[in-house]
Amino acid sequence: MSDTSIPKSAVQDAAPVRPRWKTILLRPEAMTFVLLILATLGASLLSPFFADIAYILESFTYYSEYAIVGLVLTLVIISGEIDLSGAAMMALSACLFGITYQAGYPISVAILVSLISGVAMGWFNAILVIRFKLPSIIVTIGTLTLFRGIAQVIAGDRSISKFPSWFVGIDYQYVLNLPIPVIVFCVVALALGVILGGTVLGRQIYQIGTSAIAAQHAGIRVNRIKTGLFIGMGVASSVAGLLTASRLASVRYDLASGAELQMVLIVMLGGTYIFGGRGSIIGTFLAAWLLVIIATGMTVANIPINAQLTVLGLLLIISIIATNIIYSRTQR
Amino acid sequence: MFKKLSVLLGVAAGLTMMASAYAADPIKIVFVGKNTGNPYFDSLVQGFVDGCDKLGCEFEFVAPATAEATSQIPFITAQIQRGVDVIATSPNSPDALNQVLDRARAKGILVLSVNGDMTGNEEHRDAAILPTDFEKVGADQVELVGSLIDYEGEIAILSATTEAPDQNKWIVGMNEALANDPKYAKMKLVATVYGDDQPEKSTTEMEALLSTYPNLRGVISPTTVGIAASAQVVQSAGKADTVKVTGLGTPNQMRPFIKDGTVEAFQLWSPYNEGWLASHFAVGVKDGTIKNEVGATFEVPNLGTITINPLNSINTQAGLTTFDASNIDDFNF
Amino acid sequence: MNSLTAALRFILLRREAGIAVMLVLFSLVVSAIEPRFLSLDTLRIVMLAVPLILIAGMGQMMVLLARHVDLSIGSILGFSAIVAGMAFRDLPEMPWWFGFFIATFVGAALGLVNGAVVTLFRLPSIIVTLGTLSLYRGVLFLISDARQVDPQYIPRPLIEMSQTSPIFGIPWIIFIALTIALISYVFLDHTRLGRQIYAIGSNPVAAPLRGISVVPVTLLVFTLSGALAGLAGVLYASRFGYVNPSITGVGFEFTVIAAVVVGGVSINGGVGTVLGTVLGVIFLGAVSVALPILGVSAFWRDAIYGAVIIIALLIDRSVRESGIRSATLEARA
Repeated sequence: MSDTSIPKSAVQDAAPVRPRWKTILLRPEAMTFVLLILATLGASLLSPFFADIAYILESFTYYSEYAIVGLVLTLVIISGEIDLSGAAMMALSACLFGITYQAGYPISVAILVSLISGVAMGWFNAILVIRFKLPSIIVTIGTLTLFRGIAQVIAGDRSISKFPSWFVGIDYQYVLNLPIPVIVFCVVALALGVILGGTVLGRQIYQIGTSAIAAQHAGIRVNRIKTGLFIGMGVASSVAGLLTASRLASVRYDLASGAELQMVLIVMLGGTYIFGGRGSIIGTFLAAWLLVIIATGMTVANIPINAQLTVLGLLLIISIIATNIIYSRTQR
Repeated sequence: MFKKLSVLLGVAAGLTMMASAYAADPIKIVFVGKNTGNPYFDSLVQGFVDGCDKLGCEFEFVAPATAEATSQIPFITAQIQRGVDVIATSPNSPDALNQVLDRARAKGILVLSVNGDMTGNEEHRDAAILPTDFEKVGADQVELVGSLIDYEGEIAILSATTEAPDQNKWIVGMNEALANDPKYAKMKLVATVYGDDQPEKSTTEMEALLSTYPNLRGVISPTTVGIAASAQVVQSAGKADTVKVTGLGTPNQMRPFIKDGTVEAFQLWSPYNEGWLASHFAVGVKDGTIKNEVGATFEVPNLGTITINPLNSINTQAGLTTFDASNIDDFNF
Repeated sequence: MNSLTAALRFILLRREAGIAVMLVLFSLVVSAIEPRFLSLDTLRIVMLAVPLILIAGMGQMMVLLARHVDLSIGSILGFSAIVAGMAFRDLPEMPWWFGFFIATFVGAALGLVNGAVVTLFRLPSIIVTLGTLSLYRGVLFLISDARQVDPQYIPRPLIEMSQTSPIFGIPWIIFIALTIALISYVFLDHTRLGRQIYAIGSNPVAAPLRGISVVPVTLLVFTLSGALAGLAGVLYASRFGYVNPSITGVGFEFTVIAAVVVGGVSINGGVGTVLGTVLGVIFLGAVSVALPILGVSAFWRDAIYGAVIIIALLIDRSVRESGIRSATLEARA
């Protein structure tokens, strides 16, 4: 995974030219990587049961759904917007899938319904943010309550299950010794990494995030790209919802509740700049593994969940602060 | 990147090999609770702790932060990885744990569902330790509220969520008792409402009940959050004399209401005994002294002879314990 | 017809009147379906359901006015409530009213931390408070050892604040909420500092040019928001009679934000009034009470809250867009 998606750090006018190693080390992704190594070491010392690739891969499947949404969320945040409704979209699309299947339609139709609902929800967010010029941060707080509320209304407190056996247990299907959700995550990461780092579209997403007005003047179709990104969020959430449905063999309205925090956390840990314009897919890719290592390491060491919540909250805040400081030192 | 990681892990694994060589003899039991901060489970865990103290097993309690359907899965996987012998869990969902529990059982781990069953998915656990015969809870509760209101007048039920499997089973039992037993002919169930086990919603639902049914005589709330909220509401409204609140609650939660007369009596079972029984059963099955077969019996100190019922479900006590002013101070959970 | 347009005009000119009309229309529709809704009893239930939301809503309003948002208030409420509850439990000699100071102080401190991180590192408040939402909940689990504070430890006089009344049968807790609202009104409308909050929210860039120091004012609004959430925390103990680390205050932030934006406070800062917020809180309270009275499942509540937030945002947007509102109205008429 080599990725040069971030714009080259501009050398400051007055300051002497920074040595190359320093520039690399000062990239937030480098921090993520160092943290990843430290966390792996720490977790291995914490519990003798941790250091087992099969176990870590299996644990990754529990977070892969959030991580996949986190990859798309990275692009959304780089473009200067945010979408907190991902977890709720997962729940609603998964519930729609379950209800459609339960109503007697074939599973392919149910999957289609779920994907279409993802598009529709993403589009709904996009309309509110772009057509009505509302701030995405608060719009998606509204839609996260709304989407999960609708999931609760249509599915009640029931868990919907009895899916056909071929659909169930995707996390125990392996390709090249890797569970399929992990492969999906890696493929999405690779695709988005290439788009962001190697295409005109990717460059435009950075430009929009740096200055939407300047991007508009430069002839970039800001609204169309942002709409696409929000719809992408919806589709990714729906795919993640389907993966979860397959993994659990059942769906319920409270699926992935509170996961918006994890999604944002993954993106922030990966060094994406909360104000847009900067960030990378490789960062998010590493951060997803970091989160899994930390959470799994603490769980297998039987560290109470109380401490885990505290650590996750602290991590989020520290990572934003650190990213912020790094960016303000290396540029402008 | 992967290579680096695996080399690293290899080194780490080598370093820690020695540590894992130690763990050998005592049976390792872990209880995966519904969520942390749930006072009900403190007592159940204490039963496990005391049981293991006596039997010489190792016990640990872990729980996720929320009682959401999937939150227990990483914890169960971690326990499989830790190589425990017994996983006891109070499942947050009747079916979301099926896959992971199957994996645990495939590795020879004994899987127990404690305090609640995986209704309809019993084949995914080895046995269920239930507090009492759930078929009789509904009738017991109707009898209790009936005795408080002289078997006459309107009653209502304030339950947890609309799909809560245990509560729904009990509510069916309540309806059957009311319909079939002539003793309850003058009692009329006017409403069944749901407070989602949230204090705010339960309180509002209870207040709405009082307002909607001015002739209400009794309320059954077969859930700890609901009964506490109901008691608080009738106390606030000063209607404790006319509306009798009862249901299932814990003594610590209900103590002030019993003391000041807001609630005359309520029921529950002993969560402590569930933990106590579960630890004895687990150790017995593991060392071969107990056969996990329907119809088999075994002895548990303080609880007497226990029988394994159909579907491998085991009850810690026959009926509910009733708590009132005379005995509440004997209990602390 | 003429009077109708005049009325419409008045509504559009005054956001508060619009909410009031919405409230009246809603009550009429609900009582058309279920006449019992229009009763003193319902009013009492609504009034009891809103004080906590109203108190925290005043803080959230100030934060929004300054063009920020505070997502951590649910955790702050829980944190303050558990600290106060533990003080009641572990320091029985402490006078009960001291709990108010503890909770408010703890809340203020947590709010100050939010404000400090936001201002010091110039970070978006929504992300910071999303982080502290989880962080504070985690720490509160740690300090409470994930144990509930049982009802027997909540001082009787505190509980009576939700039950007994100084006058007109209206409980103390409602007076406290109204007093907070009144103080907030005086503070925002009649003090220099209050006007500065509006000025910062209307135009954060221009505010320093007008001699307003943005950082201290921002710190102040977050501290006030935390303090008021803390006060709501001790009142939670009063209203529900116990404090549970995994239940108390969870999801509270969404209810409060929904109420405040319904009350016409703009998420773009600088626009909003105390009266509007009070009406918004009452409106949501009426919705939550109407659902059980109509026999609608509580499941609808969250969907309605979400829809209400989005509709309020759209209304806010359209009001801002039609800068010459009255002219537009003239043209239509």
